[in-house]
Amino acid sequence: MRGQVVAIGLVIVAGVSVYVTMTSVSNTLQRTLNLYYREYAFADAFASVRRAPEPAAERLRRLPGVAELETRVAAIVNLEIEGFTDPVSGRIVSVPEGAQPRMNRLFIREGRLVEPGREAEVVLNETFAEAHRLRPGDELGAVIAGRRRTLTVVGIALSPEFLYQVQPGSLFPDPERFGVLWMGRSALETAYGMAGAFNELAFTLAPGAYGRDVLERVDRVLAPYGGRGAYLRDDQISHSLISEELNQLESMALLLPSIVLGVAAFLLNIVVSRLITQQRDQIGILKAFGYSDSTVALHYLKLVLVVAVSGAAVGTGLGAWMGSAMAELYLEYFHFPYLAYRLDPGVVFAAVALAGGAAVVGAALAARRALKLPPAEAMRPAPPASYRATVLERIGLQRLVDTPTRIVLRNIERQWLKSGLSVLGIAGACAILVMGMFWQDAFDHILHVQFKIAQREDLTVTFTEPTSAAATSELRSLPGVQHAEPFRNFAVRLRNAHRSYDAAIEGLAPDPYLRRVIDSDLNPISIPEGGLVLSKNLADILEVGPGEEIIVEVMEGRRYERNVQVVAIAEQFLGVGAYMALDEANRLAGEGDAVSGTLLMVDPRYEEQLIEALRERPRVASITSRERTMASYTETTAEMLLVFTFVLSLFAGVIALGVIYNSIRITLSERDRELASMRVLGFTRGEVAYVLLGEMAVLVALSIPVGLALGAFLSMLSAASLQTEMYRIPVVLGRGTFALAAAVVLISSVLSALLVRRRLNRLDLIGVLKTRE
Amino acid sequence: MKAQPIEAVFETRGLTKVYHMGEVQVHALRGIDLDLYHGELVVLLGASGSGKSTLVNILGGLDTATDGRVLYRGTDLTRAGERELTQYRRECVGFVFQFYNLIPSLTALENVALVTDLAARPISPLEALQLVGLGERVHHFPSQLSGGEQQRVAIARAIAKSPQVLLCDEPTGALDSETGIIVLEALDRVNRELGTTTVIITHNVVQGEIAERVIHLKDGRISEIARNERRSRPSGLTW
Ligand SMILES: Nc1ncnc2c1ncn2[C@@H]1O[C@H](COP(=O)(O)OP(=O)(O)OP(=O)(O)O)[C@@H](O)[C@H]1O
Ligand SMILES: [Mg+2]
Repeated sequence: MRGQVVAIGLVIVAGVSVYVTMTSVSNTLQRTLNLYYREYAFADAFASVRRAPEPAAERLRRLPGVAELETRVAAIVNLEIEGFTDPVSGRIVSVPEGAQPRMNRLFIREGRLVEPGREAEVVLNETFAEAHRLRPGDELGAVIAGRRRTLTVVGIALSPEFLYQVQPGSLFPDPERFGVLWMGRSALETAYGMAGAFNELAFTLAPGAYGRDVLERVDRVLAPYGGRGAYLRDDQISHSLISEELNQLESMALLLPSIVLGVAAFLLNIVVSRLITQQRDQIGILKAFGYSDSTVALHYLKLVLVVAVSGAAVGTGLGAWMGSAMAELYLEYFHFPYLAYRLDPGVVFAAVALAGGAAVVGAALAARRALKLPPAEAMRPAPPASYRATVLERIGLQRLVDTPTRIVLRNIERQWLKSGLSVLGIAGACAILVMGMFWQDAFDHILHVQFKIAQREDLTVTFTEPTSAAATSELRSLPGVQHAEPFRNFAVRLRNAHRSYDAAIEGLAPDPYLRRVIDSDLNPISIPEGGLVLSKNLADILEVGPGEEIIVEVMEGRRYERNVQVVAIAEQFLGVGAYMALDEANRLAGEGDAVSGTLLMVDPRYEEQLIEALRERPRVASITSRERTMASYTETTAEMLLVFTFVLSLFAGVIALGVIYNSIRITLSERDRELASMRVLGFTRGEVAYVLLGEMAVLVALSIPVGLALGAFLSMLSAASLQTEMYRIPVVLGRGTFALAAAVVLISSVLSALLVRRRLNRLDLIGVLKTRE
Repeated sequence: MKAQPIEAVFETRGLTKVYHMGEVQVHALRGIDLDLYHGELVVLLGASGSGKSTLVNILGGLDTATDGRVLYRGTDLTRAGERELTQYRRECVGFVFQFYNLIPSLTALENVALVTDLAARPISPLEALQLVGLGERVHHFPSQLSGGEQQRVAIARAIAKSPQVLLCDEPTGALDSETGIIVLEALDRVNRELGTTTVIITHNVVQGEIAERVIHLKDGRISEIARNERRSRPSGLTW
């Protein structure tokens, strides 16, 4: 029994520790986030505009539903950091000189805020500063409004607004190549000709105000100034990414432990069933002596509760330890100013209750049967098990199987419920693995589609504002450029009936070579004339299909609306997209033959030199490298995924081992007599092991395909539930995933077999023959 | 292969078995010198705890002696390893126990076939069952058979591989006298028709009458060996 109890205990430990870890971390993060947002006055909504005079802000402040509102000046700039050759871009955001902003306040980690009259002082976001080891006193170069400047770092700070520091248009942070900087308001106003004006604002909502209505009012005020559409916190990139992360954690915190504890309940059920069968006569005697059913039940209940509670205790301890380690990781990952890991008593209580509940349910189902027996009957030996020929044999295939195999098959069929549940339990372990590794597969697939098929440019150069098409030819002639393709971007609001979405239309060259729009079979499609191509998720949000018309509200410069036909739907996993032929896009934007930037294919030998040259150009706003972007995606996630996969494999292994080992042990205890008899008859150890392990082998063989299918199904569910506007998760499962999942189950089986083999070899041949079953 | 009647199938010399139970030593066998001959039917009698089962288990290769020697047709069983003993049981020995030890998931016929599949010169399972008078019930599972019927299946299973020796430890112990006699008849018939050397342990002195020799054990020693002038038929016995 000891081995079995330990195995079940381990399964409970696994379930409880996953639950405690994930729930406590999720709670801790949520609590910290709320506190941080509150203490540092994270705004409820944001808006950007081309250029609005300060009096417009006064009008906005008086709008119903707007509580507090703060304007600022912000810009995207190219940065130069000594010793780092890759293109780096930054988002400079203004702060009042010598004071904290009222909203999105900074947590000063080191140094100080910007002081009045010091034009060249900047405060750096911590992630960015750390990536380049910049400290207060260090300098960095920046091209601000076309002029090269040297900036002095005076402080290192954190902001609730940039927990995730993500470049616009990108989805993963890349702290080496994109950073947030804060600079004095008047310095930025001067540089960008924004004196007495602003181009960004943040505001809070009055209690009870309905956000969407307020946004509409704000948009109306800003429209004449080139408003780009206000948005709520939920659409703010850092917040939405962090919410995403927390949701994922939360859903995992529920799903995983449920599977694991379900398995534990099943294991306790079969062990208690077996125990009751073995102690049947004792139960009968106790009942004959007048012990009540509940006293007898209590005896078994205590037994399982001891296992459950000790499992829960160890699991909670382990969970708290893993939780605090994981919280530490998250603290670094998100750059919270503080993070106090706390294990809520509620979580501990829930963990113990879950484990205890699973144990009690498992044991109660087993005990019910025993308690129903009248004492006299219980004292008699259990009626012999009745067997019959299996389905396989009844349909006339008996000649295919030898006698030992028949024993195997008949036992499986006779205990079909137990066999079925064993299959489900092992399949559950297999499914957990598939689901865990599914993320890696999906991620690989996304990267492949995005960066190998759709995006093939080496560098993306964006201009400070729409520029004449000649700019592309100019870049094409630079040394090292092998191919150049223009694109045109502009902000729009897409509407279909009551649905609307703020996006950018991307005008692409006819038959583009570098940036391609692809269909659901991942084949590049040329952008048809006469309308828009929408990415699938955008089409879903707007509820439109090909051939239907939507309203495009151009949000740049003069605002106006046009009806545009949707001509095709494109596959896109990262972000949303709306694409058009370049000339049509220009006609729609109404600014003549312009380009927003150029995609370049570059001879790698010239890349560094080319970046240098591009930086010199005043109209170049940013330079991003696809290779680097891709690398940063992989770096940030690869490690997390590896740890995740390893932990999952371990847990899945524990579950598989728990189920398989217990099933074999139960079978051994039910049939030791039969197996000993076979040994007496001259069957070798191997032949006897075949009868015992063959049964398990059949169950494992059945459970692997079931588990893989179940895993695929769960992956589909979790992909669907975690899908957002930011990304669509493709359900792709690599062969490696299936192979590893199957391998973990097989290894657990072999391990269980080896553990039991020892017992099998020590079967007491003589002892078994002396007693009646 | 007809052997001369005087050939000894088993020869034991100074056979000793000591069980260690913590500090206590239990001397189950204290030096047994015994020859068993080919085709002979022997009954082992003795008080409970006198060492009957221990002796038979050692003869059958289920247990090993602490001291002394057991020769099976000249081969020393005391030197055999686990693998050789399994092989020996598989090829040469048939066992019948008090509790029939049938495989519950196999029918009577399959229980017998389980063993004949392994044997070099088996008789057909059906024939074996007919020999013990169970030709009619071959497709029944053990749970569908009475105790006596199950015991006869066990005998059929033991003899179907045509073993050299048949070792029976209280084969009638769990049966009423009427059924016991049917079982003994089956054993008697197998011994006569197949010439299998047969050892039967019993507490029932009357059963000694069907044997050629009756061996009495007492405290792990042979206290008496009696030779019957004439073997009685089991059907003539009453107890
Ligand atoms: N595994 C064992 N461990 C310790 N002592 C044992 C063991 N098996 C048998 N003995 C002891 O050895 C002695 C002989 O036992 P054995 O089973 O051979 O007796 P038996 O003559 O077959 O008795 P019965 O008629 O009751 O079956 C007894 O004293 C018994 O207690
Ligand atoms: Mg005995």
